[in-house]
Amino acid sequence: MNRWMTDPILRVEHLSMRFGGLIAVNDVSFSVGRGDITALIGPNGAGKTTLFNCITGFYKPTQGRLAFAREGRADEREVRALTRTGKRHARLASGDIYMLERMPDFEIAAKARVARTFQNIRLFAGMTALENLVVAQHNALMHASGWSILGLLSVPSWRRAETAAIEMARAWLARIGLEHRADDPAGALPYGDQRRLEIARAMCTGPALLCLDEPAAGLNPRESGELASLLRLIRDEHVTSILIIEHDMSVVMKISDHVVVLDYGALISDGTPDYVRNDPNVIAAYLGVSDAAEAEQVVAEIARESHK
Amino acid sequence: MDVAAAKRPTRVQTALREASFAGLIAALLSFPILALRVEADMNNRLVLEERWPLVGVATLSIFVARFLSSILDDWRARALAIAGALSNLFAIGLMIFPDRPQIGLALWFGASGSTLMAAGLYFEREGRAAPERPIAAPQVAKTSRTSGLINLVGIVALGFVIAYPLVLLAWLGPQGSLKWINNYGVQILIYVMLGWGLNIVVGLAGLLDLGYVAFYAVGAYAYALLATTFGLSFWICLPLAGILAAFWGILLGFPVLRLRGDYLALVTLAFGEIVTIVLTNWVDLTNGEAGISSIPRVSFFGLPFTAADDGFAATFGIAFSPIHRTIFLFYLILVLALITNVVTIRLRRLPIGRAWEALREDEIACRSLGVNTTNTKLTAFALGAMFGGLAGAFFAVRQGFINPNSFTFMESATILAIVVLGGMGSQIGVALAAVAMVGGTEILRELDFLKVLFGNDFDPNQYRMLIFGLAMVVMMVWKPRGLISTREPSIFLKERRGVAGSLVKEGHG
Amino acid sequence: MENFLQQLINGLTLGSIYGLIAIGYTMVFGIIGMVNFAHGDVFMVSTFIALIIFLALTTLFSIPSIYIALFLVMVAAMILTSVWSWAIERLAYRPLRGSFRLAPLISAIGMSIFLMNFVQVTQGPRNKPMPPILEHVFYLYGQPGAANAVTISSRQIIIMAATAILLTIFWYVVQKTALGRAQRAVEQDRKMAALLGVNVNRTVSITFIIGAMLASVAGTLYLLQYGVVRFDDGFIPGVKAFTAAVLGGIGSIPGAVLGGLLIGLIEVLWAAYVSSDYKNAAAFSILIIVLIFMPSGLLGRPEVEKV
Repeated sequence: MNRWMTDPILRVEHLSMRFGGLIAVNDVSFSVGRGDITALIGPNGAGKTTLFNCITGFYKPTQGRLAFAREGRADEREVRALTRTGKRHARLASGDIYMLERMPDFEIAAKARVARTFQNIRLFAGMTALENLVVAQHNALMHASGWSILGLLSVPSWRRAETAAIEMARAWLARIGLEHRADDPAGALPYGDQRRLEIARAMCTGPALLCLDEPAAGLNPRESGELASLLRLIRDEHVTSILIIEHDMSVVMKISDHVVVLDYGALISDGTPDYVRNDPNVIAAYLGVSDAAEAEQVVAEIARESHK
Repeated sequence: MDVAAAKRPTRVQTALREASFAGLIAALLSFPILALRVEADMNNRLVLEERWPLVGVATLSIFVARFLSSILDDWRARALAIAGALSNLFAIGLMIFPDRPQIGLALWFGASGSTLMAAGLYFEREGRAAPERPIAAPQVAKTSRTSGLINLVGIVALGFVIAYPLVLLAWLGPQGSLKWINNYGVQILIYVMLGWGLNIVVGLAGLLDLGYVAFYAVGAYAYALLATTFGLSFWICLPLAGILAAFWGILLGFPVLRLRGDYLALVTLAFGEIVTIVLTNWVDLTNGEAGISSIPRVSFFGLPFTAADDGFAATFGIAFSPIHRTIFLFYLILVLALITNVVTIRLRRLPIGRAWEALREDEIACRSLGVNTTNTKLTAFALGAMFGGLAGAFFAVRQGFINPNSFTFMESATILAIVVLGGMGSQIGVALAAVAMVGGTEILRELDFLKVLFGNDFDPNQYRMLIFGLAMVVMMVWKPRGLISTREPSIFLKERRGVAGSLVKEGHG
Repeated sequence: MENFLQQLINGLTLGSIYGLIAIGYTMVFGIIGMVNFAHGDVFMVSTFIALIIFLALTTLFSIPSIYIALFLVMVAAMILTSVWSWAIERLAYRPLRGSFRLAPLISAIGMSIFLMNFVQVTQGPRNKPMPPILEHVFYLYGQPGAANAVTISSRQIIIMAATAILLTIFWYVVQKTALGRAQRAVEQDRKMAALLGVNVNRTVSITFIIGAMLASVAGTLYLLQYGVVRFDDGFIPGVKAFTAAVLGGIGSIPGAVLGGLLIGLIEVLWAAYVSSDYKNAAAFSILIIVLIFMPSGLLGRPEVEKV
């Protein structure tokens, strides 16, 4: 049994998103396994980023349920009960459940602990790398600073919290190899460093699920390699599950435990990397042919060509 | 010499062409408005007064200025030569236009104008002789030193400001120093405080507020009404005025803060205007245009600044003088402004302050990190409003009289200009800009000596706002990011290095 | 009912003027994304130019026909106001294009202060009342002198007719000519337009000139209708015209005209039936309500937040 079936952290159920007449995501259901790296792939315009925006609360889905079990297991019956109450969150015997589709974006990050990065990097360009990572610890620090009152008085407990936050930021900078650039503005870093810094910033929020939107876009092969090892490190050393949109198949196949494929807003394949790689539907979608049979024919031809 | 080179216009020809074009534009611009003045005659009928020489002066000045600026390369040379040429033109004017030629003055202006032009030519020659300077010196090293320098300047400036009224008092005596302490001290400090207050909203949080004067008005009217109707003392009213203004800030903030950019600016502008309209028309409460007079004056913690026996002067056994109150007001506004400054500087290093700046940089990223952007914006708005309200209460206690005319859009525009010109987010920049803008326009009041040149009808005060507006344009074109655009990081690991202004965003909302 | 009809006519007259000014705001906002704060003052300057030229023509040259004089005044005001607007854009806005977003706004506010005080210094601070002209009134309903008469003056007819004709010409220019295409291209993507050979600077300049021409027509008509002008008469009509542009959907030219007519009607009806003291507050309240509840206006395109 796969982890996404036995212990899902997020269950996307019948999710649809319409913009006027355009259906960007159409009745998509899949699960994200706890501790897995789940890749979301599909041709351009398949609705991957829209799906991400629904999960992270930037869009309100037109339809569907996003049951997120931050801790424990989301028992089907209890999720259903929670759905009926209309509440956003329940601490149940079986675990801590959030209905992401009912929550505003910042609460999804702050309470459900789903962090994300963006396709076009959204660092705070005019702030230093260190500041970027400290801003990410905003809610914890806000609490420690007594909503600024203890902070204004500079009480010891606040100073300790601040030191700890800087230490955490420094540790992440060291981990992504940017400690020497801590005091440089984020906007002045090279592109690849910015990508890694954005991931580190998302990690500083202490997420249970990390959503990465094309983290390898624009990276050279060496940088993609570094990225893959960073992601594996996050999965192995932290209690963080990863959901990743990626076009770079070498990265996807190397690191992911589970691959979900979208095409024209609909789910066309869902399984292990090996299963998806050989799924005729996926090949058809990527080759742009209309059905699986035709795709098999094309693949066979390519195979024959390359064996010659 | 080949044909192509011969056909190409020389530098002088190009400059002449550009100057003629500029002169033509100047003539067209000045033709109706400057040349013909509409005046009502005895029978209240409109007649035109012709002033053609002015058009000539304007056209010629622009022609000469444009010619010099296109023929000279070095910017110092341009500035000096243009100033010199205009001075020379003025000298010629002094010989021609007045009924009796003012030979002495004309000679003076002619001589100094010629000197300036000569100096300009010297710079030009030197500039051409000097080798090209290397472009783009390494930025990082330089900025780290300037940020230390800026702090030093701040400390020195603070010492100067603290000593300022006492030095003046000792130097000029109570009579002579009153104007300097009041107009150049208290007046500027009010704007420094307002600038620092608005800086939280615009400079740090990146929310464009064009109606800041509304909170200033709320504070002023809060003190005026509380003191005149309930007889509350200034020290009780001051915090109440701040709280009231902050409350209004939140009340206003709720609906408007989801707007972005220029739209937010316009809604706040409209709000500010509505406040003025209400203050003007709600006569029962505010007494309308007539305003609220006899607002209780400030006392020295209970001791009034009067000649009475229980007054400040009598209690301390010194001779009564109105300057005592002015000096007390000076230190009062100084303390209020410094509180604004210290609170802002400290908040910048707390999570809330970093969240403001992060919000200015990228709101969506903020939300993805779990920052409650609504609350963050509201705190910025409320704090900015609170400091505006405190400044307003001070304004009311200083003036003793307020009416809606003190709270027009011009005030909001001036305060915003101070913040933008200072360099958004830079505390010292804002203070410098306030000194330049407010002090500069106050100095224009001192130009009475120009009456010697232009005759007694000349009123330099008229030109105050004209020059103020022009200065806003010129300074923006010269330094779009303000005087101090380098951002200082709130924390650092190894060394504090300034962030170049070009990287810092200006906010969307 | 008769009173209401009368107010309707007055409101449409005022609305035509707002609509003409509003186009300048909407076009400039559309093409370079800035609120041209000085536009209201350009309108005020044009009113002064019109007044001066009118006085010059009637007193210095004693033109016999008032209609010819008015036509000449309008043409002269259009040309001279365009020079002002062109110069303002060239000196105060173009150097700041594409830089820091707040800089052009502050520069525009400075320009507005400058223009207001320039006119105050050169023309004096007092009201300039023009002798009333074209006082003929047509009775649409009721008898002369009757309380319930509904009238339309020849001035009002001229204002509405001039507005309609000019808008038609202007509409043709923007929709059908190469200039209009260039404008729309610059509006969509300034860099791309420049790469494809559109002269961006010239297109922006022409936009300012067209805006100023329409504002100067508004200025002339304003003078004709109200007969009095002062140096600070630019700010309030400017804000109202901007409100009109926002109400109609900023960037949309038909929207600006529609918004202008609506604002004119609302203002006149508000003053007649609610409170004339608070008539300016009405315009500002509309601005706030529209921006908060329907920021894309009546005819504008909604904006989707990009993540």
